[in-house]
Amino acid sequence: MRKGRLLIAVLLCAGLVISPSVWAASDVINIGFPIPLTGDNPDVGASSKNAAEMYLKKFPTVDVGGKTYKLNFIYEDNEFKAESAVKALTKLITEEEVLAIIGPQASAQAVPAGEIANNNATPMISPWSTNPNTTLNRPYVFRGCFLDPFQGPVAANFVTEELGAKKAAVLYDIASDYPKGLAEFFKQAFEKIHGPGSVVAFESFTTGDKDFSAQMANIVASGADVLFTPQYYSEVPLIVRAAKENGFTKPIMGSDSWGSGDLMGLCGDDCKGFYFSTHYAAAGAKGATKEFIDEYTAAYGKTPDDVAALTWDSLGIMIQAIQNTGGLSGNIKADRTKVKDALAAIKDYPGITGKMTFTPEGDPIKCAVVVKINEEGKFAFHESVCP
Amino acid sequence: MSLNFFMQNLINALQWGSFYALIALGYSMVYSILMLFNFAHGDIFMVGAYIGLGVSLLLLKIVGTGAAALVPGWLVLVVTILISMFLTAFVGIIVERVGYRPLRDAPRASAAITGLMIGIILETANILFLGGQRLAFPQLIQSHTYNIGGVFITNKKIMIVIVSIGLMIALHQFVTRTRWGMAMRAMAYDFVVVPLVGVPLNTIAVMTFAIGSALAAAAGILFGLAYPVLDPYMGVSFGWKAFVAAILGGRGSIMGACLAGFMLGFIEIMTVPGIQILNRLFALNIGSNLRDLIAYSIVLAILVFRPHGLFGEPYSAKLRL
Repeated sequence: MRKGRLLIAVLLCAGLVISPSVWAASDVINIGFPIPLTGDNPDVGASSKNAAEMYLKKFPTVDVGGKTYKLNFIYEDNEFKAESAVKALTKLITEEEVLAIIGPQASAQAVPAGEIANNNATPMISPWSTNPNTTLNRPYVFRGCFLDPFQGPVAANFVTEELGAKKAAVLYDIASDYPKGLAEFFKQAFEKIHGPGSVVAFESFTTGDKDFSAQMANIVASGADVLFTPQYYSEVPLIVRAAKENGFTKPIMGSDSWGSGDLMGLCGDDCKGFYFSTHYAAAGAKGATKEFIDEYTAAYGKTPDDVAALTWDSLGIMIQAIQNTGGLSGNIKADRTKVKDALAAIKDYPGITGKMTFTPEGDPIKCAVVVKINEEGKFAFHESVCP
Repeated sequence: MSLNFFMQNLINALQWGSFYALIALGYSMVYSILMLFNFAHGDIFMVGAYIGLGVSLLLLKIVGTGAAALVPGWLVLVVTILISMFLTAFVGIIVERVGYRPLRDAPRASAAITGLMIGIILETANILFLGGQRLAFPQLIQSHTYNIGGVFITNKKIMIVIVSIGLMIALHQFVTRTRWGMAMRAMAYDFVVVPLVGVPLNTIAVMTFAIGSALAAAAGILFGLAYPVLDPYMGVSFGWKAFVAAILGGRGSIMGACLAGFMLGFIEIMTVPGIQILNRLFALNIGSNLRDLIAYSIVLAILVFRPHGLFGEPYSAKLRL
């Protein structure tokens, strides 16, 4: 008799363990987060999880086609490694039967993970990966941030409209991929607006150079209204200094590489008053962005970084796509494809990092944020600029 | 090229050349006395800059900054330069004692790679102790930019050029007017025979390294004021170029090293507007990143016509003036 009871208890427990996947199909939507909770960059994973947990608290359920579903988030550690990211993706798709995936964050994991998601026909958004290969020829894979070349037109539009520039100068490192690409994209975009020859100085140097005085003398002599320099935080202080010392008093514009690292620690007062484009700015944010920042700060005691903001938006647009399907069939494979199609069809999703619309490649067309380095040395939101 | 534009580049070239000249002196002195190239010299320049950073931060902590400062910034700068030159001289002495003295009778090639190895050790030790991130050099004096008829000059540029030339004159006086200087010149003339008449080779060698390193430290601090981002590899390519200046000046010639340093700075800076003029005249599209290619091709051409350097003499390595 006792043995019989035990057997029933065991069976019931087993039923509980198995059942989530049984009733998951009916009234729960599973979303997987392959994020680095341990490894070299646990901060990235923590930010992603914080944003997701905050979302879950705020919106625990979602209505799809007149039916209410409970949201269930599954966090899988990818240890900030490519091979673990592949494992985490496979587990989420085949064992946890997630409807959609948010993550991985860094390109090193997002590129191989995207392959798995696409092969298994599961919609995935990498909030933070900027490498073109993440989404290249993968219809099921999307990203939450803009690509590097995207900032060229953004900067060209900003200096034209906001700073009234008609002639621009560019100073860039020709031996480094990111600045070189961005400098060329800026030149193209600026000359498209102002005609050929409007980039009056296109000066270059090579990695490790410290003295930019000769290039700056050329730039000053060219009569440019603005200087665009898509360089890293370690070079920006030297460039800005050379500009001041050679009598260049016009505004200087940079790209998101300015925001990485300790720019203000190295640059001090010299960089104040200049602009750069980036994904998102916490200081001086307005509207929904400010609301998000305040809630996040209240919950976790720190300002959300760009990973948290982009994760929030990627999650939001994914939920929006699930709602736009107009109803889930319960067949996870068919539903995943439906979500993918809905995701590709979304227009102007109002995210906190800007409005988002995906290209056929799965990269968002979104507005970048231009920040101004204010008198306190903070990166303050200046305006949102669209390409 | 308008006159203003030329003057602007000339001033920039003077500042840039000052660094080459100060560092080239160290190469030149060691070569003339010990007949070897101290390839660690560029990294001693780096160490000097970091020592200057540490000393100036410490001094600023003691005397305070901004309006609350007990002493003006220039005084802190002078004290920083003196203390750092003193401390870096010991780095040079250690390099000589550990790296070169045990190898004095070894083949020249071994002594040459010693410098390279010491350089790598200094770079990696820096990364080990300071973590490898870029550090900002404190701006001890307020920077002012003066517009003189369309030419922009800063107080720092003027100071850097004056201090550099002052140090070169001081070295010149030391070598020509003192007994120790005479001993150095004698040693440069023949380091086999001169010790036989009682001039201590080791003392002279140590002194040479100490003076060269002290000058490199001064260059490092001035460099930190002009280009305030320090990194552990800042001395590598800079050291090579200063070495080029030392050879271009004529091995062992103090005056030659100074002039060649300024000349190298001038060629490098002037190549950039030169490229622009070429582009305009011939409708070319050459980027200013080709600066070093063109500048060092010019240096190569000079050496083809003057293989012993500007002030060098065939088959002689004596310390001349």
